[in-house]
Amino acid sequence: MDYILIAELAVSGLFVGLMYALVSLGIVLIYKTSGLVNLAQGAMAMTGGYVTWAIAAGLGAPMWIAIMAALVVMFGAGMMVERLALRRMIGQPVIMTIMLTLGIEIMLRGLMPGVFGAAVKRLDIGIPQAPLFLGELLINRATLIGGVISLGLIVLSLAFFNSRYGVVMRAVADDQTASWSVGIRVERAIAVAWGLGAVMATSAGILWGATQGVDWSLSLLLVKALAIAILGGLDSIPGVLLAGLIVGVAESLATGIIDPLVGGGTRDIVASVIILVTLLLKPHGLFGREHIERV
Amino acid sequence: MFYRRAGIRHTRYQDERQLFPLGFDRFLILSVLALLIAAPFLLDRFYLAGYLIPWLIWTSAALGLNLLMGGAGQIHLGYGAVMAIGAYTSVHLVRAGVPLEFAMIAGGLMSASIGIVFGAAALRVKGIYLAMATLAMQYIVDFVISQTPAISGGSLATIQVPPVSFLGISLRGDTETYYFALFVCFLIALFMLNVGRTSFGRALAAVREKDYAAQILGVSVFKYKLLAFWVSSFIGGVVGSVLAVCYLRAISPDQFHIELSIQLLAMVIVGGLGSVLGPFFGAALILFAPIVLNNLTGLVATSFGLAIPIDLRAHIPLIAYGALVIGFLLYEPLGLAKIYSNLRNYMLVWPFRHAQR
Repeated sequence: MDYILIAELAVSGLFVGLMYALVSLGIVLIYKTSGLVNLAQGAMAMTGGYVTWAIAAGLGAPMWIAIMAALVVMFGAGMMVERLALRRMIGQPVIMTIMLTLGIEIMLRGLMPGVFGAAVKRLDIGIPQAPLFLGELLINRATLIGGVISLGLIVLSLAFFNSRYGVVMRAVADDQTASWSVGIRVERAIAVAWGLGAVMATSAGILWGATQGVDWSLSLLLVKALAIAILGGLDSIPGVLLAGLIVGVAESLATGIIDPLVGGGTRDIVASVIILVTLLLKPHGLFGREHIERV
Repeated sequence: MFYRRAGIRHTRYQDERQLFPLGFDRFLILSVLALLIAAPFLLDRFYLAGYLIPWLIWTSAALGLNLLMGGAGQIHLGYGAVMAIGAYTSVHLVRAGVPLEFAMIAGGLMSASIGIVFGAAALRVKGIYLAMATLAMQYIVDFVISQTPAISGGSLATIQVPPVSFLGISLRGDTETYYFALFVCFLIALFMLNVGRTSFGRALAAVREKDYAAQILGVSVFKYKLLAFWVSSFIGGVVGSVLAVCYLRAISPDQFHIELSIQLLAMVIVGGLGSVLGPFFGAALILFAPIVLNNLTGLVATSFGLAIPIDLRAHIPLIAYGALVIGFLLYEPLGLAKIYSNLRNYMLVWPFRHAQR
């Protein structure tokens, strides 16, 4: 086996995994505060990419302004989704919330290409296309920069949880009723979590849009994001970081090594296998908190 | 008014326990059935093959899924994969010369034996985690089917279904195919109507409400969770083979992807979780509302001279489908069946509303 190739695959897998982790960070944040798994996270990343493209190309704004504006717009959109849709679902069976987020996913997947056009949109955020050579390893510059930015955002969100509002959100995650009784506005904390989730989805959408263009296929990030969230434990942010690296490397190595043996397509199956194995062996993931159910 | 209860006296327990104690309900069901039987003589071929046959098949599948979701309270995001197993098994058997009657049953058994693996996940995890596990299994089954040349005939290949006959009737024409689909749908609906009255159905309801409590009452959760997955997957497999034989006539892996699972889930939710009537309504709405809406926008666009972009028109079905799911969950979580039952309850005592208990 060619060790250079394996090393190259592993390194690019690490950065791609970090970019996946950014999508699943939003899932974890929303699950932590409100106990819902947002299956529309991939579609939200796609929406963020489309909105950025629309502001940059439609209004002719410079890219950094477009990105800022898109983040603000999507923060509002995330809060609206929580306020208008998910809040009404409190107390309903879990299948209802799953189906609702799936419905949002389907609708966004139709709405965005429908309004902005289905052709692939190029999103140029100023990353040069030329590959980077590190010794003998060839690294895609877009994934490298994307991975580094993702890492920065994940560390930032860890820091956020130690800030004043972050402590409030941790309290809500711990016990909603207790937070209520000490005067925390639980609804607002959950809404902010949804807004931040949408912001993270948007930044992931922009980074992925810069590497592969913006179209509906960005919503397929959902399965990988779910695999990372479940492997890391649905309520653990350090878990997202580690699981993101694992999923990225596993996927990259599978594509490079198993694909030639079975004739392609393993890239999409790695995430599913990881979900299944995690759930059967250790349902709460690597760092997730075990819930003890009382009758 | 219509659903008159006055003058109906049940003098034996048997009368109380029958499926439709009210005469009007029986009349309604029988007249709908009569209409469905007469449909090939009343409707154009196009409507029969393009609307009624898919409606019956998707309804049968949604009924099978509803047994699991509404009956036993388990979430299944991989029903499309279960149907794929049944479809591929039966088509391969039919191609090998096995009569369709046996091939269907074998497809069902194959689906059931693999579907019970999905159920094994339900023993370990539940709620959102079960949803994820079944989602993952959907992708894995898709992958195995499309990557195994012995099953799918090579990647991107389609397998033709040879001409088949059921109980000596050749299923070539639309009319015969329609009656076949109607027969299967009728059998499954009859089963679903009756399952609630058996000990099996009651055990499933106990598991749905609270699995610990059911275990304490002496209902084996282990057995009934697996059994629910077994029965539902069996129905899925049989319907999968009907889908392949009656409607698709040439199967390829991408016809059974996650989209099919989500579509069936949407039918169950929009129709009404746990009701037998629901999937009939849900399948009709989810299948036809996007088409109707698309035609309507086309009509509006041409008659008012509006230029609707082609991309938008192409995506209207998807938007409508998502909006239907969201709208029903927000405004009528129990679906169309609940709307019907509200109407029925209203009509039961109309115009003496104060008499309603």
